[in-house]
Amino acid sequence: MTAPPPASPRERQADRSAARRNRWLTGPAVTIVALFGIVPLLIVLVYSFLAPAPYGGVQWKFSTDAYLNFLFQRDIFSDALQFSPAFLLIYLRSFVFAVITTLICLALGFPTAYFMATRPPEQRNWWVLLITIPFWSNLLVRTLAIMFIIRDEGLINMALMGLGLIDKPITMLYTNFAIVLGLFYSFLPFMVLPLYSSLEKLDFRLVEAAHDLYATRRQVLWRIVIPMSAPGIVAGCLLVFIPALGAYVTPLILGGGTHLMIGDLIAQQFGSGRNWPLGSAQALILMAAVLVALWVYVRNAAKGGKHG
Amino acid sequence: MPEQPSGSAIAIREVSKVFGSGSDAVTALAQVDIDIRANEFFTLLGPSGCGKTTLLRLIAGFDYPTTGEIRLYGDDIAQLPPYRRPINTVFQNYALFPHMTVAQNIGFGLEMLGRPRAEIAARIDEMLRLVRMEELKNRRTSQISGGQQQRVALARALAPQPKVLLLDEPLSALDYKLRKEMQLELKRLQHETGITFIFVTHDQEEALTMSDRIAVMSKGRVLQIGTAHDIYDKPAERFVANFIGETNLLDAEVTGVDAATATVRVKGTTLQAGLPEGFRPTGKATVVIRPEHAELEAGGADRGTLGGLGGVITNVVFFGTDTHYYIALDGGGEFMVRRQNSRGAAGFASGDRVGLRIDPGAARVLRD
Amino acid sequence: MAERGPLDLKTQPGFGKVALLCLFLLYAPILILMIFSVNSGSIITHWEGVSLHWYGAALADGDFHSAARNTMVIAVSATVIATLTATLAAIGMTRVKPWRGLGAAFMVINLPLMVPEIVTAIATLSFFALVAGKLGLNFGIGNLIIAHTVFCIPFAYMPIRARLEDMDLTLEQAAADLYAPPWQTFRRVTLPLMMPGVFSGMALAFIVSFDDFTITQLVAGPGQTTLPLYIWNQTRRPMTPEINAISTILLLISIVVVTASALIARRRKA
Repeated sequence: MTAPPPASPRERQADRSAARRNRWLTGPAVTIVALFGIVPLLIVLVYSFLAPAPYGGVQWKFSTDAYLNFLFQRDIFSDALQFSPAFLLIYLRSFVFAVITTLICLALGFPTAYFMATRPPEQRNWWVLLITIPFWSNLLVRTLAIMFIIRDEGLINMALMGLGLIDKPITMLYTNFAIVLGLFYSFLPFMVLPLYSSLEKLDFRLVEAAHDLYATRRQVLWRIVIPMSAPGIVAGCLLVFIPALGAYVTPLILGGGTHLMIGDLIAQQFGSGRNWPLGSAQALILMAAVLVALWVYVRNAAKGGKHG
Repeated sequence: MPEQPSGSAIAIREVSKVFGSGSDAVTALAQVDIDIRANEFFTLLGPSGCGKTTLLRLIAGFDYPTTGEIRLYGDDIAQLPPYRRPINTVFQNYALFPHMTVAQNIGFGLEMLGRPRAEIAARIDEMLRLVRMEELKNRRTSQISGGQQQRVALARALAPQPKVLLLDEPLSALDYKLRKEMQLELKRLQHETGITFIFVTHDQEEALTMSDRIAVMSKGRVLQIGTAHDIYDKPAERFVANFIGETNLLDAEVTGVDAATATVRVKGTTLQAGLPEGFRPTGKATVVIRPEHAELEAGGADRGTLGGLGGVITNVVFFGTDTHYYIALDGGGEFMVRRQNSRGAAGFASGDRVGLRIDPGAARVLRD
Repeated sequence: MAERGPLDLKTQPGFGKVALLCLFLLYAPILILMIFSVNSGSIITHWEGVSLHWYGAALADGDFHSAARNTMVIAVSATVIATLTATLAAIGMTRVKPWRGLGAAFMVINLPLMVPEIVTAIATLSFFALVAGKLGLNFGIGNLIIAHTVFCIPFAYMPIRARLEDMDLTLEQAAADLYAPPWQTFRRVTLPLMMPGVFSGMALAFIVSFDDFTITQLVAGPGQTTLPLYIWNQTRRPMTPEINAISTILLLISIVVVTASALIARRRKA
């Protein structure tokens, strides 16, 4: 067969002018995010290799102390590096909290999303709205609402004491329990919504086909529904895990400064800690963890794409 | 190249369209030449992916050809954007503006042309009468049925009085009965408006019933252009014969050729077969015989008088107005015969031995 | 034999109860907070009777007024800039022939969604500190407007893009076919059809700016208190039901905006 003819001048001109127009249209948004969103991240990267200034900010002097300080502490007297797991433990704790939160959100969010997806369409819209409202409501206020309830003199303790079940309040605020509860409460809609949108697209004739082939309800759930909604499950887990790992407001209010998570740790370095390079390094380590999670997701999505 | 014949509305000259470039290049149209006459109902017929919609989009101006010219009454319009071409389109999904009423949709083109309000209003009413939709004038397009949307799409495209109307499989979304109705409606509209219609379809029956002329396309090429009768009775290529109607294809040996016919031998029988224009076959060839151009004869023992072809009926399928008989030919191959079901006609059953009498002039040699 | 409905094979036992439990968990704290906002007593957890006293107290507070003013200035500015630029970007990036840099542009626009809020917060803080230190530039409340615009852009972009993707490309071809030049096609067909997406994007951008705490807290300079910051400051004093009243106002604004946006989105589908 002969080679196809090259594009005509008119074809090329049409393509080029469309591309030029589209670049101009996209320009302002990209410029704003690049200049005020990406450049600051690069500055953080630079800061993490500088030395701290005494009253906050940085000294323009190359140093890897920030990264060393993440794992080691310099002995005041001998100047020797000593292994100090304080920061690492906070990272580990944050990781564990984020994983637990994700699992609880999945355990409660999946049945909820499935239930929503099997309602008649009219009801579905209302359910989605009901889940969406907390999603877009003020996180600080919602976290304060939790605080009011679980405080020593909060509603739960008052009620239990009023009923004579306990004599003195159960301490819930400023505990690990409070933080995980707060994280769950904050991010549950982040799990339900992507799960719902993936379950809503599920072809329920497959469920009928499975029943026809002698599967029980539970077998249908595990063998058909869950595998087919895997992309939604992964997306939901990621949408809970990432913000939970970097949570700032929740531990700030419900952890009371004693049960730190990564978010508060970073903020501290930029506040009372006055060690911007250390905070920058900690932020980049958090970013790295998030990128790993995203990478796993993208790889999974690419694999899933091949199946269909 | 030959000059544009006088009276042709659209002349397509050596048009190619390539999508993508380099190793991804896909040739959607290869060197297409078509002349479409003024006031003609012209159909581009072919399976999906044959390039018929691409060609329509080039005529409308939604894409530019990679090579070649598209002339509208002599002017090359191939490089003009769609809004500068006096050509309108009826889209496959109708593409009615959902945020406008029926009347606003119909008036849109005239409004863009800057016509006076009074003229637009009058024309909208005229169009609504033409497609019999007067009472739905102020409805939203989402509030009317598929068949009604189809009429609005037609009215909208006809309102600016285009020189050519393009129709991209406009009936494919309609159910069978409505489709039949709209086929007649389209013929009526074309007759009343006198506008040249270029109609794209993959439905051969639709093409045969509606068109003045048909271009059969496959793999980006035009294989044959002609009237419905030409295309059906005198297919020039195997693809055309197969795509349109039902066909019997038989291997043959060419033994002699004169001006318009060839003498061929098929399974030991000699037949006279028509030839495509300008084609001189030699040696082996394929012969096509339509199922209704053969008659069954009981027995089939006397091969000489029956044209020599015979076999055993393997399957009989009843279709209401006619019946299809599938015959395993002596010496291999299958042949199908279609017979009208008339009262009192002798029937045949599976297992009967039959002879075949081919109508004189029914057999044709194919070009491939 | 008794009439029975068709066997519903889709239901899983117990799932409905879990769904209701989730709704309860999501709404109980908010509702309790709202109920206590109309408590007449001055001790936050002690119920003394219904009164709008604390709403009056909040609305009479000068600090509350300036916080509300700051919040509105920031949220409205960020929303307008973000919606405008996101709309243009969505037009240039959706349903178009892929152009070089399209993928990169998409990643840049969505980046603020991937970065943890606290990282964005300290990065923005560092950026403005550097700009102020090296260039001597301080935009005052403009710093917050810029910071908010950045994370508002992807929120505004998403629904506009989704709307455009749902839109039938042949509608614009039909307009061009009916003699509408590109600008008329945009004005008469594309723009009216994409408006619901633009409204939704605007609503989301407004809400995320209006509610932002983390980034604002780190970036805000003195005198740049927004409503969430004001509430945070209140929690560090002996708390009165005034904080419930203000919180309720914030929640109600979010609920109204989100519901309105959802209703617009639903109507466009009908």
